[in-house]
Amino acid sequence: MEIKKELNGTTLTLKISGRLDASNAVELTNELNASLSGVKDLIFDFKGLEYVASAGLRVLLTAQKRMNKQGSMKIRNVADAVMEVLEMTGFADLMNIEK
Amino acid sequence: MEQLIIEAKVENLEKVTEFIIESLEEMNCKPKIIMQMELVIEELFVNVANYAYTPKEGNCTVQKEFQENPRAVVVTFIDSGMPYNPLEHEDPDTSLGVEERAIGGLGIFLVKKNVDEISYEHKDGQNVLRLKKLF
Repeated sequence: MEIKKELNGTTLTLKISGRLDASNAVELTNELNASLSGVKDLIFDFKGLEYVASAGLRVLLTAQKRMNKQGSMKIRNVADAVMEVLEMTGFADLMNIEK
Repeated sequence: MEQLIIEAKVENLEKVTEFIIESLEEMNCKPKIIMQMELVIEELFVNVANYAYTPKEGNCTVQKEFQENPRAVVVTFIDSGMPYNPLEHEDPDTSLGVEERAIGGLGIFLVKKNVDEISYEHKDGQNVLRLKKLF
């Protein structure tokens, strides 16, 4: 997994590529813990994300809970394979997703 | 039947996934099925790695078998850790809102959604979880 970060005022965009799984989900948790302070709009760009497992979903859910308190969260450019997992778990209805 | 005996550690996830996926790729399995199997293998192996032997360490045996007519892969996970039947875990309520949604329980739910058959038994002091996926 690779994480690219772009902060524009209070909008943080995280471009995630590769695989978000149990072996690296903690890296994304750490990135969010370090970067979310003062952020009002969080955008995940999943253009390069090929695969997500439950460990990654847990990070997304934690981020959504936090952003509901301090602003908004949006997920963009979701590939079919990732979308399938988001739909299966009901996450697609919980989150603001632009395919 | 072929088997892989490996230390139940999250660092070994890729080796376990590769053990199953390499065969599916050789058999020209559809990418969608391969992704679903990667997910299933990850969730089950990570469960064993994170919980079976805690706080000690131990091995996980992963077996693969292939069937014809209909074409299917049968994967068995065996560990000698604490007796635990993941299939008894209650499914998360996928209709709940963000605040009500629990953080856990998603892994085994994804497994159940992506296999055609799954069964658990505790036999000779071992957890034996067997799944079948048609492809």
